[in-house]
Amino acid sequence: MSARVLIAEDEPNLIESLSFILGREGYEVSAVSDGDAVLERLRSDRPHVLILDVMLPKRTGFEVLKLIKLDPTLSGIPVMVLTAKGQERDRKTAEDLGADAFVTKPFSNQDVVDRIKRLAGG
Amino acid sequence: MLSANIVLFTALAYVALLFLVAFVSDTRARKGWLGLVRSPVVYTLSISVYCTSWTFYGAVGSAARSGLEFATIYLGPTLVFVGWWFLLRKLVRIGRIHRTSSIGDLISSRYGKSTSLAVLVTLIAVVGTTPYIALQLKAVTASFQVIADATNTSLLGMPTRELDVRTGFWIAAGMAVFTILFGTRNIDANEHHHGVVAAIALEALVKLFALLAVGLYVVFSIGGGVAEVFRLPTAAAVLQGPETFGTRWVALTFLSAAAIVCLPRQFQITVVENADEGHLRTAGWLFPLYLFLISLFTLPIAIVGLATLPAGSNPDMFVLTLPMLHDQSALALLVFIGGFSSATSMVIVASIALSIMVSNHIVMPIVLRLPRRSVGVSGDVKKLLLVSRRISIGVILLLGFAYFVASARSDALAAMGLIAFAGVAQFLPSLIGGLYWHQASKSGAFSGLLAGVLVWGYTLLLPSFEGGPVSASLINDGPWGITALRPQALFGADGVDPLVHSLFWSLGLNLALFVLVSLFRDLKPLERLQATLFIDVFRNPADNESRFIRRSAAIDDLYILAQRILGTDQAQRLFQDFARRQGSRDDLPQPDTEFIAHLERQLAGGIGAASARVMVSQVITGETISLDELMRLVDETQQVIEYSQQLEHKSQQLQITAGQLREANERLKTLDAQKDDFLSQVSHEVRTPMASIRSFSEILLSNQDLSTDQSMRFLDIIHTETLRLTRLLDEILDLSHLERGELTWTLEPVDASAILRRAVETCQGMADGAEVDVEVDCRADDVEVFAHRDRLSQVFINLISNAIKHNTDDAPRLRIVSSVLDGRFIVDVQDNGPGIAPADRERIFTKFSRAWTTARPTATGAGLGLAITRAILRRMNGTLDLLPSMGAGACFRVALPVRRAAADVSK
Repeated sequence: MSARVLIAEDEPNLIESLSFILGREGYEVSAVSDGDAVLERLRSDRPHVLILDVMLPKRTGFEVLKLIKLDPTLSGIPVMVLTAKGQERDRKTAEDLGADAFVTKPFSNQDVVDRIKRLAGG
Repeated sequence: MLSANIVLFTALAYVALLFLVAFVSDTRARKGWLGLVRSPVVYTLSISVYCTSWTFYGAVGSAARSGLEFATIYLGPTLVFVGWWFLLRKLVRIGRIHRTSSIGDLISSRYGKSTSLAVLVTLIAVVGTTPYIALQLKAVTASFQVIADATNTSLLGMPTRELDVRTGFWIAAGMAVFTILFGTRNIDANEHHHGVVAAIALEALVKLFALLAVGLYVVFSIGGGVAEVFRLPTAAAVLQGPETFGTRWVALTFLSAAAIVCLPRQFQITVVENADEGHLRTAGWLFPLYLFLISLFTLPIAIVGLATLPAGSNPDMFVLTLPMLHDQSALALLVFIGGFSSATSMVIVASIALSIMVSNHIVMPIVLRLPRRSVGVSGDVKKLLLVSRRISIGVILLLGFAYFVASARSDALAAMGLIAFAGVAQFLPSLIGGLYWHQASKSGAFSGLLAGVLVWGYTLLLPSFEGGPVSASLINDGPWGITALRPQALFGADGVDPLVHSLFWSLGLNLALFVLVSLFRDLKPLERLQATLFIDVFRNPADNESRFIRRSAAIDDLYILAQRILGTDQAQRLFQDFARRQGSRDDLPQPDTEFIAHLERQLAGGIGAASARVMVSQVITGETISLDELMRLVDETQQVIEYSQQLEHKSQQLQITAGQLREANERLKTLDAQKDDFLSQVSHEVRTPMASIRSFSEILLSNQDLSTDQSMRFLDIIHTETLRLTRLLDEILDLSHLERGELTWTLEPVDASAILRRAVETCQGMADGAEVDVEVDCRADDVEVFAHRDRLSQVFINLISNAIKHNTDDAPRLRIVSSVLDGRFIVDVQDNGPGIAPADRERIFTKFSRAWTTARPTATGAGLGLAITRAILRRMNGTLDLLPSMGAGACFRVALPVRRAAADVSK
């Protein structure tokens, strides 16, 4: 059974590219585009890994991350934070909130695939 | 009971002891063994010359008559020594540097070494002190008669016979001899009267011991303990005397505070006899302690006296009559000696002080004005001075004796003391003013003093002779029946305590004249110089004088002069010392300005500043007071004051500047944070399309097996994102230019309504594609505004396309209304979309904010549109607002000022 990856991202083009590269690696990819939808989907259809963009409508990625880590039923899902604001401050925030990986845009496809592999395998 | 002979013998023995102490101290001091004599304790004890027989006997009398009022006499000096320590220190420093010989010398020296002022102060001092000396003679005489003639009536504290004038005379004579022997050995102020000071210190101990002894006896032997004493019925009467802390109370405290500074004898002891400024520090606490101890038993003695002695007893003699009543002869004798001590110490010091003033300020000026007789007789002036001082002492005591005889019938001791206090208090304005106020002038001091003392004489001294040489009608009805001039109710000031009344008018007039005349009269150069030297005594040493006065003289003349005043030995020593200081091998120094100033100061110590100046001037061949230098000194002081004011001003400015800087800094911080935000937003906005481009490029690069469709699709995305990136960068640059006002468009009159119509047409296609229903309602046509055609068009297109793009309604509608209102062209763009949350209303105009992305996430823009639109309008003096929401959707309003005049012209 292939691992399932949920992408939370509001840029359709990025969803498309991420879906493509991860799909090629054999992952089952689905996507949501706002903060509220992420939490709903996590509960209804629990993925193996979550790719979480920081700048999400309705609820920012950090808020979502915090809620995930507070919720014992969800906190076990590995989260890779994706952000366009490649600032050190954001990386720190993500780490403090318990993110399992942190990737800045623009990202290297290989890098994303490697990290997802590690998170899905671990 | 004591016989007169025993009392007399004891008194004489005591006097002999005083002689011995004075003699031994004097001899030791001459040999240079100063030791004990120069200790701060002796200094402090000698200051207690303040406590005369008036306080020794009179304090109990005052307590018996007026309750706690007696305490004021101790309170004033205590306040001065504890709180006004710095004033005394300044006096002592000035006294030492300027070799001040008396209070008259100090005041005259401060006001330009004025002879007339010195004479006036001396006269006031003599007039003020004479009743005081009489008071002492009277107290001793009365106490002698009471103790030596112990009949029942004498126990009332009143001698059976009239006061024995002969007793008073012999006492006066004895004191004169003592004073002449020990008080006029030399004439130099800086050679202290060690013998006298030692004797005074001993007397201070004796009177304290006597008062404590009688106090202890009265309280514990007669009264049976402190509590018992205060339980006596008379205690209540004493404690509830006249109002405490009333005006009279304040006036008395003030008077005694003034007296401790202004009384000639206090000045003599505190300033002239001071050997070391540091002694003041000890006196600062020890003297108040002495006063406390000496006043400790005043109340109990008064209470017990009132309770146990027969009614009608003289309370002024309670201290003596209480032990006598209980047959304590030895104690009574001790008390008598204590009273005797207080009286003699006061008389001795007062007459020394006065004799110095009289000889220096009255005799010397007269001698100096006489045609010069024998020139160059060594020490002739010194001899003359000593003789004049001895005669002065005799005359002063004689005057006191005469006053004693004249007022023998009046019985209150305290009243006479207060009259004297009020008299010398007249010195206060000139003295304090002179020490702290540069503008204080000689004319001011002179007129103030004169007026003050005249009013004092009229309102206080004169009424004290009532019943004697002064008729009661003068007091009660005023001179020639003019009630406004009644001595004790001037200008209708009726019902006021006579002392307070007199103090008010005399000191008030004194102070007013002193200040006003000083303000209106310019200072003479010498006055200005002395003022500066005195006021800034801690900054300018006296040597500064030579900076300002240039004088020359023949050294021989100076030597002769010094010899005449100081005597050969001392003059020689003085000249030799100074020659050595100048580095000369000769015995004679160079008669330069500095030496002349030094010599004048030395002479001033003997004959007073005013006389010294006159004498030196007689041998001076050339004198110029350097006004420039003097002005510079005054300027320096002025500069310091101005500088400090400037500093104060500057520090205020600095504070304001600091405040402004803080505000600016806050603004900068906010701007910096905004800039950071902006950069971070830009970064985000750039990285997002970049991420797509990179990701798809990598897909295309690493996947050779993609279908053509797929490849084309991915390339298309890359292309679109590139365009998006370009647009974004364009917008950022555009906005940045707009905000900095760097865009150089020329505004011109354009038809805004036409531009709006064209913009709507441009967007029509887009609206059709999104199935948005556009309704246009142009109520204004041909409206001319001052704008940039393309930019205005951009504004309208931005707003309309926003409204189309972000409308999520099922039946999206858009309504555009234009009108002219209050001289402004108004365009409202109203949609029926989701509207804008109240929290976002302001935010949407800021950069990178996309209120709509929440509803419809499409890569439509970087969120700079509204910010740019608003910036453009601002450049055209227009505004862009989001109107308060009315129902569904958002309504943006553009407003531009209509260029009416041009419109009129075009028509």
